[in-house]
Amino acid sequence: MHKLLTDNPGNKMLLLGNEAIARGAVEAGLAFAATYPGTPSSEISLNFFKISQESDLYFEYSTNEKVALEVAAAAANTGIRSMCIMKHVGLNVAADALMTLAYVGVKGGLVIITADDPFMFSSQNEQDNRYYGKLSGLPVMEPSSVKEAKDMMPYAFDLSEELQEPVLFRTTTRINHSTAIVELGNIRKRVTRGSFKKDPLNCVTVPAVSRKLHVKLLKNLEKASNISDNSAYNFTEGKGEFGIVCNGVSYIYVSDAVKDLGLEDKVRILRIGFSNPMPEQKIKAFLAECKKVLIVEEGEPFMEEAVKAFAQEAGLTIPIKGKGEGLFSRLYEFDPAMVRKCIAKFFDIVSSAPEPIDLSNVPELPQRPPNLCAGCSHRATFYAVKKAAEGLSTIYPTDIGCYTLGFLPPLGMGDFLICMGSSVGTSCGFSKATDNKVISFIGDSTFFHSGIPGLVNAVFNNHNFTLVILDNGTTAMTGHQPNPGVDMSNLNLSGYGRIVIEDVVKALGVPHISVIRPYRVKKSVEAIREAIKFKGVSVVIAKEMCTLYAKSLKKPTGKPFYISDKCKNHRNCVNDLACPAFFIKDNRVHIDPVMCAGCSVCAQICPENAILPVKDKK
Amino acid sequence: MKTTRLIIVAVGGQGNLLASRILGEASLLSGIPIRMSEIHGMAQRGGVVESALVFGKAESTIISDGEADVLVGFEPSETLRALNKCNSNTTVITNLSPLPPFTVAIGKGVYPDLDKLQELIRAKTKKLIAFNATALAKEAGNVMSVNMVLLGALLQTGILPLSTDNVKEAITVRTGRFAEMNIKAFELGFSSAKLS
Repeated sequence: MHKLLTDNPGNKMLLLGNEAIARGAVEAGLAFAATYPGTPSSEISLNFFKISQESDLYFEYSTNEKVALEVAAAAANTGIRSMCIMKHVGLNVAADALMTLAYVGVKGGLVIITADDPFMFSSQNEQDNRYYGKLSGLPVMEPSSVKEAKDMMPYAFDLSEELQEPVLFRTTTRINHSTAIVELGNIRKRVTRGSFKKDPLNCVTVPAVSRKLHVKLLKNLEKASNISDNSAYNFTEGKGEFGIVCNGVSYIYVSDAVKDLGLEDKVRILRIGFSNPMPEQKIKAFLAECKKVLIVEEGEPFMEEAVKAFAQEAGLTIPIKGKGEGLFSRLYEFDPAMVRKCIAKFFDIVSSAPEPIDLSNVPELPQRPPNLCAGCSHRATFYAVKKAAEGLSTIYPTDIGCYTLGFLPPLGMGDFLICMGSSVGTSCGFSKATDNKVISFIGDSTFFHSGIPGLVNAVFNNHNFTLVILDNGTTAMTGHQPNPGVDMSNLNLSGYGRIVIEDVVKALGVPHISVIRPYRVKKSVEAIREAIKFKGVSVVIAKEMCTLYAKSLKKPTGKPFYISDKCKNHRNCVNDLACPAFFIKDNRVHIDPVMCAGCSVCAQICPENAILPVKDKK
Repeated sequence: MKTTRLIIVAVGGQGNLLASRILGEASLLSGIPIRMSEIHGMAQRGGVVESALVFGKAESTIISDGEADVLVGFEPSETLRALNKCNSNTTVITNLSPLPPFTVAIGKGVYPDLDKLQELIRAKTKKLIAFNATALAKEAGNVMSVNMVLLGALLQTGILPLSTDNVKEAITVRTGRFAEMNIKAFELGFSSAKLS
């Protein structure tokens, strides 16, 4: 049995934040979940995927976040408890659905997880999604710890059902990817079949209906404001005259700092766990007890602006600070020492901490950037495109996935990227606005996610570029989740369809299509050369299973290669491919046989044919 | 209970996350409060993987610069890179077997000299335990058990509020058919740290 289905209340388990969130949803009686994977949220849905294979929980990987939210919204409108999981930027994709779903509302609880990523450990921006709560008029819940992430989940579902509206559940990377001991609670029975009552005058958002629904939304927001004021997740601690308002992980840094600084009797903390709408009365009462107030929140001054506005209404003129010179930044994530220092500074306390050691005489260390894996087929494709485009003045729009790493030297294949699917749309613009040859890259999952509309646009408006679709048969970056092009029989799962990318591209009317096997270098270069010569939209589909995924499926792999005595140290292999299986020892190139995946690409480009397969596979 | 802060740094694939998980499970067995944090995703493609483990009363799951009580590095240059987490009272344990990053192979960086590296760490911290953990992992039967060798060395220092038995039990539960080899690796690391 899946460990998160353990029905043993009181039992303690060591859980990753994302496992705790999934467990919280199980305890809340979650019946239906849909997602598009994205770090730092991915393990929540990986767990649901596994749980759905051994229980009556319905779970699906949807094509993108907008579709996922529509899928979950429908389920919730039949009265069953549903969830939609995504990373912060995924909510941008789903925003169109979100904004009007807020008008229509739900019948069964719907919790939407938005996993924000301060510092951008694996994201393209660090937007603060609490503003989506404000923008849509929906409640926002924010846990401060792994334990609370689980405990808060049943509350979020109850809240959603009380308000008949979706609830945004906002986490940050340090909640999702922290691990702690969690006590299991009772599991509420799942209700998995819903029923839909026709009610077009409340569910079909033509203008006349929406005018009415917006009134309802605002009334609900007032109700939510009262609930926020009385919520146990907005609580006060301590009795001093120094006030601190904090949320999320900032709260635990504040708690540690107050203890470290010995300020337990001087500081009064207001922890906000229900952050939209902000608890107006609670904040006003809190401010009335304080001489000065510090707001500790990662990201934007969301609470700070609200608290200052409430202070103005209450006629309070005490100093209230948060973001700004010498205090907190809107940038990146916080850490315990930073929070301790700012608290000490703002309240004029002497703080002593071990000084970090002097690093001035530590030599500059070689960088260790993330790299495409040994034997990654993307590397082979990038190499082939580079060869095929030699002598051309190119622009390489790229997209979001492992292959984004191709922008690093020595491959250097990636010139522009803003969001999922942008490779295709921006290729349209670059090719019209310049005389460069535009060659763009998109992965299979990203193509299904949001690449197709760009390609439709390209065919209709007769653009001139080559789109290379890197089809590695999985969603690799986020941990090998399925996508609509994946052969689900690989996972011993049946009952799924499969969409073949080549068929889609053909059906869209792309006039020049070729399919390559990137490990065959010469043939690939020739096919790509043809494709980029073509005037109009051409698509090259590079098909080769992700080498890590192939290994995990126990697919047969090639023998590792070694560098024979014929090597004359040209080093094309190292300098052009940058495969991490190469290493230099005694001024000679070697291949690590454990790392080598046997793709043979380096052997094909060696001018001396010096790279040979190891005779007996170890 | 005193708070003990541990940073583990490694190169993606060296088994840092499993080592952290085992210490977490051992804490659960010992009834020691534990909070840990790690970075997944893009950072894992051959890059540096850092875990922070906080034992005891603190609520935070991450460790600020200068605040680690122990630093364990699975790769020598990564140990040196993480020195910003240490203070003059930190104990450092490092593997001495290098995995030079790819940037070195393409001439975009110089790998630090191992003697100089140890000298630097020794001069700036309370104690350095340095040995070839990779060789001991091979001796135990598999280079992949380098994480267990270093866990052994870490437990030998007695800095963590965990018993060796609980860590061994967690290794056994967590690593199934590799448990015997992993325990051997753990013990080799434990004895090796005693000698340094």
